[in-house]
Amino acid sequence: MTDQTTTGPSAAQPADRTPQWHLQGEQTAPVMVLSGTWQARAGNIPVFPKDGLKKAPGAHLSFQTSDLQVWDTGLVAFLWDLKRVAHDAGISLDMQTLPGPMRQLLELLPEVPDEPVHHKTARTPFLETVGNHAIASMTEVGVVTELGALTAKGALLTLLGRSRMRMVDLLANTADAGPYALLIVGIVNFLIGAILAFVGAVELQKFAAGIYVASLVGIAMVREMAAVMTAIIMAGRTGGAYAARISTMQGNEEIDALNVFGIPTSTYLILPAVLSLIITMPFLYLYGCLIGMLGGFVVAISMLDITAAGYFHQTITAFHIGQFIFGFTKSLVFGAFIGLTSCRIGLKAGRSAADVGIAATRAVVVGIVGVIAIDAIFAVIADVLGI
Amino acid sequence: MPDQTVLSLRDITLSFGPKIIQKNISLDVRKGSIFAVMGGSGCGKSTLLKSMIGLLRPSAGEYHVGDENYWAGSETHRTDLNHRFGVLFQSGALWSSMTIGENIALPLQMFTDLKPDVIRRLVELKLGFVGMLQAIDLYPSEISGGMRKRAGLARALALDPDILFFDEPSAGLDPITSARLDDLILNLRDGLGATIIIVSHELSSLFHIADDGIFLDAKTKTPIAHGSPRDLRDHCTDPQVHAFMHRERDEEGNT
Repeated sequence: MTDQTTTGPSAAQPADRTPQWHLQGEQTAPVMVLSGTWQARAGNIPVFPKDGLKKAPGAHLSFQTSDLQVWDTGLVAFLWDLKRVAHDAGISLDMQTLPGPMRQLLELLPEVPDEPVHHKTARTPFLETVGNHAIASMTEVGVVTELGALTAKGALLTLLGRSRMRMVDLLANTADAGPYALLIVGIVNFLIGAILAFVGAVELQKFAAGIYVASLVGIAMVREMAAVMTAIIMAGRTGGAYAARISTMQGNEEIDALNVFGIPTSTYLILPAVLSLIITMPFLYLYGCLIGMLGGFVVAISMLDITAAGYFHQTITAFHIGQFIFGFTKSLVFGAFIGLTSCRIGLKAGRSAADVGIAATRAVVVGIVGVIAIDAIFAVIADVLGI
Repeated sequence: MPDQTVLSLRDITLSFGPKIIQKNISLDVRKGSIFAVMGGSGCGKSTLLKSMIGLLRPSAGEYHVGDENYWAGSETHRTDLNHRFGVLFQSGALWSSMTIGENIALPLQMFTDLKPDVIRRLVELKLGFVGMLQAIDLYPSEISGGMRKRAGLARALALDPDILFFDEPSAGLDPITSARLDDLILNLRDGLGATIIIVSHELSSLFHIADDGIFLDAKTKTPIAHGSPRDLRDHCTDPQVHAFMHRERDEEGNT
């Protein structure tokens, strides 16, 4: 072999020559002559044609690289093409005629590459998809119910002192779901009350019944708006956070560690989360009612010819205690629902970074849709009971 | 191979706020060598690596990559220098929302003007080097830890870097896979002419591949020995280094 004039891949020389190759010699002992500059970044690396070598079992192909200037992995890509074609043609490569570094890289590359594994993307018929979704949804209802039962059992055992929940977790969760949420719950409910008053004032004024704005705002806030709006805020704020936290724990194998120790996730993780929402939601509901009425009051006083005392009196006489209990109960149910579903979604999530995002999104969507659906059920029940 | 210094650190001090991790680190990495950063757990090996790849600014000292002062320039300057680096993170650090092929293609798409079919060819080549071609269309969550590490190595090679950093390459791998990875590292060093910095306490692998190194001590927070792992094993008199280097040999019998 002649002296090698090739330089290593890191050598920086001006790329003044294009990559060139040709085959010479007879069929039983072809010689691959390589010359020029072969750099992957230049993007001009030729592909060795699939029919570039005729079938010649037993033949040896050698290399002549004396005119090669600069090369890097681009040349190796070409040699790999050649290696595969030569293998198919039954020709063996005389690796000793290649410079050492090139040979070592080429030897790493398989003659027959493994076929890429693809995802199975078998199409399922439409009806089957619908059926699968239906079954999955119903199963989820069952799973969430079971999780709720387990959590309730965990709560009972904790009360009896036979199981333990970390009080620190409960307090931290409660602080986050309660005091820290006051500002946003306040702003939203104030605005809702004000908007209701605006809408009512425009119509009621026509009948000189402006004072009934107080009844409208009071009843709407107590029966529906305070509970629903607060629940929607909590679903976005706290539910999303629970789902993200638990799915990250899933990714870190923290949940697996709990399971191996036999620490029930229902008591350790879900109970504090659900309990904190059950504790804070009713308070947030009451707070939301008052702030909403304040919003209505501000609008009514400034727009209509009503005294403060009149508005106050009308508000008190407008609704009875049953409506309060109704809204209060709803807020408890919403709290439990958001806590349970978001924890369940976190537990069910996959282990990658993208899965955490999916879980958080899903928790918010399921929380909001679920709250409104439950509210509709309550409305039907209230109608039947005549509240 | 020319005896040329690729990386040099002079009196580097690494700290997190007031807490000093390591001080007075000075080292030179020769072109084409495999340089080992050794030391017990928690001595600051990975922190040193972080500062060498630009993720942590040292609180004192100078760091040169080739002739360039790494921390003196602007961030763009550092990014340009970083394109000479290929980093294999401890658990692969593959981007989970992309397939393995897309993981390797991304740097090529971002920093070269190559056409998609050329990029695809280079991606296949890099995966071919590490024997992972079959996983090109799979997501990181669908392959095993060892495969993720090899795919991470293929991604580190994406831009044909001339300096490779490995953080615990054999951690979590079985001995056979780990030995194969060692051979792969040697092959890549010889084939690509790359310089390799490797953080590890896997002694059998270090004795096999490394030809220079530094030993960091957690107590004094300084480097206490310089030299190749084999030299340190056979000639170092420091009791700490001796204990570190020899426990493994006793277990292994005859490395």
